[in-house]
Amino acid sequence: MTSRLSYAVTRSTPLSRAAIWLGVLSAAVALSVPLWAPSSFMRWAVEVMCYLVLAQMWNLMAGYGGLLSVGQQAFVGIGGYALFVFAQHLGIHPFLAVPLGGLLAAVAAAATAPIVFRLRGGYFAVCTWVLAEVFRIAFSNVSALGGGSGQSLTVMARMDRPLRETGVYLIAAVVLILASLAINLMLRSRFGLGLTAVRDSEAAAESQGVDVRALKLQVYVLAAFGSGLVGAVYYMSVLRISPPAAFDINWVVAAVFIVVIGGIGTLEGPLIGAAIFFGLRWALADYGAWYWLIMGSVAVAVIVFFPKGIWGWVRNRWDLQLLPLQRRLIVRGR
Amino acid sequence: MLEIADVLVQGIMLGGLYALFAIGLSIAYGVMRLVNIAHGDFLVLASYLALTTIALSGLHPFLAIVPVAIAMFAIGYALQRWVLGRTMGSDGLAPLLATFGIAIILRNALLQIYSADARSLQIGSIATDSLSFGSISVGVFPLLVLLVSIGLTFAVSLLFDRTSIGIALRATSDDPETASLMGIRTGRTHAAALGLSFALVAVGGVFAGIRTTFTPDIGPASLLYAFEAVVIGGLGSLWGTFAGAVLLGVAQGIGAEIDAGAGVLAGHLVFLAVLVLRPTGLFARTR
Repeated sequence: MTSRLSYAVTRSTPLSRAAIWLGVLSAAVALSVPLWAPSSFMRWAVEVMCYLVLAQMWNLMAGYGGLLSVGQQAFVGIGGYALFVFAQHLGIHPFLAVPLGGLLAAVAAAATAPIVFRLRGGYFAVCTWVLAEVFRIAFSNVSALGGGSGQSLTVMARMDRPLRETGVYLIAAVVLILASLAINLMLRSRFGLGLTAVRDSEAAAESQGVDVRALKLQVYVLAAFGSGLVGAVYYMSVLRISPPAAFDINWVVAAVFIVVIGGIGTLEGPLIGAAIFFGLRWALADYGAWYWLIMGSVAVAVIVFFPKGIWGWVRNRWDLQLLPLQRRLIVRGR
Repeated sequence: MLEIADVLVQGIMLGGLYALFAIGLSIAYGVMRLVNIAHGDFLVLASYLALTTIALSGLHPFLAIVPVAIAMFAIGYALQRWVLGRTMGSDGLAPLLATFGIAIILRNALLQIYSADARSLQIGSIATDSLSFGSISVGVFPLLVLLVSIGLTFAVSLLFDRTSIGIALRATSDDPETASLMGIRTGRTHAAALGLSFALVAVGGVFAGIRTTFTPDIGPASLLYAFEAVVIGGLGSLWGTFAGAVLLGVAQGIGAEIDAGAGVLAGHLVFLAVLVLRPTGLFARTR
C-alpha cells in the first residue's frame, strides 16, 4: 500500500490571514480617529506613533541588518530641523516639508556612512553616537536656527487649529501605516531575504552571494529616512525644537527598550514593546526617575532571560507566526 | 609661542585624566570584546561612592580611592559573572544592549538618590597649587593625575605581560575555548577583567570628581571621550590608548582656545579624522 502525500509550500496560515485583516481594521480605525477623538488624545497618539515608527526603523537596522546604532537621534534631529528650515524659513507648507525631513536625514546618513562603517559591532554603535553629538553641537552653533535654545514653529500658528491637529495626526498615522506596510513587503522581497540571511549569519549570507556591505548601507539609509520622518512629524506636533531635545540619546533609549522588550528581529515585537513602554509610562507618570529605572530593569531582565524578547518567546513556545513572512511546508495525507 | 606651549601642556594633563577613563574600557574590550555603554555612568557612580565614603568616614579623597576601587572591583566582577556573562555567546549585540539598559538604570538611580545638584570632591589647597617651569605654570593636581595615569598604564601593561593572571586574560581574549581546555576558568577570568576595568574606573571617577563638579547625567560624555581615546590609539594597545587620550586632550585644549565652546567638538572631529585616515588607530598592535 502506498501512501499518497501532497505537498504545499505556503506562507499564510489562518492566523496570519486573521492578523492581516486585523491590521487593515486597525489602520481604518487609526485613520478615523480625528472624527471621534478629542485633540488631547490625538496629540498623545502622534507621540506613540512616532516612537513606534522609530522603533520599527531601529529594529529593521539592528534586528535584521545587525547594525547596532545608538545614534539615530542624529536623524530624528536632522528631520526635525529640516522641517523648521523648509517650513519656517523657506515658506514651504509644513505638511509638504515632512517628506523633505526624511530625505535630508537619508542624505546625511549616506554622506556619513563611509565614516561610521569603518567600525563594526559595538564600536560602530558608539561611533554613531559621536556623530550625533557632532550634529547636535553643529546645530547649536547655527544662530539662524535659534542656536542652543532652539526656535518655535510659528508658521503653524497661522493655521486653523482643528485643521492643524487633524493634519498632523493624519500624517503621523499615514507614516506609521506606510512604514509598517513597506517593512512587511520589503522583508518578503529579495532585499528582505538577503537581510534576513544577514541577520542569521553574515558569513553564510556573503557566501550565498548577498552583497552584505551594500545591503547594510541601504538599510542604514532607509532607517535614517524613517527616523527623519519621525523627527519632522514629532516636532510639527510639539511646535518647538532645540538641539538638546532633538539630538537627545533618549530617542534611542526608547527605541531600544521598545524593540528589545518586544522582541528584536521580529515585526510584531515593537508593537508589544510599545504597549509596555507607554503602559508603564502611564502607570508611573508621577514617579519620574522611577519610570526609567523600572523600564531599564525590565529591558535588562528581558535581555538576560528572554534574549528574543516577549514575542520571540511566545512564537517559539507556541509556534506562532502572525505575519506571513515565513514559508511553511504543509503535508497532507490522502 | 608660550601660549601654544601652555595649551599643549594643559591638553596633555587633561589627556592624563582621559587615559584613566579609557584604560578600563580598553581592557573590557580587549579581553571579552565588550563595549560597555555604561562605562561613563560607572565613572560617575565611582565619584558618588567617593562622595559618600568621604562624608561617612572623613577620609581624604586620595585615600578614599582605595575603598571605592575595591567596591567597584566587586561591582564589576558581579556584573560580568551574573549578568553580562549570561548574555555572551551568539553575537556581541546582547551584552552591549544590556549595558545600555544598565546605564539608564544607574543614571536614574543616582538621580533618585543624590538629586540633580552638582557635587564635587574637595582636596583643599592642592587643587589650586601650581609649579612654575620657566614661564609655564603647571597645576600640582593635574600633574599628579598625569603621573598616576602613566603609572597605572605601566602597571596594567606589566600585569598583562608578566603575571599568570595576565597570561590567563590574554589567552581568554585570543581563544576562550582553548583557554578553558587549558584549565582557565573563562567565566571568572572575564569577571576579573571587568572588575579590573571598574577598579581603574574608580581612580578616574575620583580624580574627575576632584577636577570638576559632577551630576548624575555626565556619564555619556566621559564614555565618548574614553571610547575616542581607545579608537584613536588603536585597539589592543594600552600605550596606544594612553597616547590617544593625550591626543584627544590636546585637541580639546586647542579647540577650547579657538572658541570656548568648541573644545569637545574639536575632540570629536579629530576622532572622526583619525577614523577616516587610519581606521585601525595610530598605534595599533597588529594581532
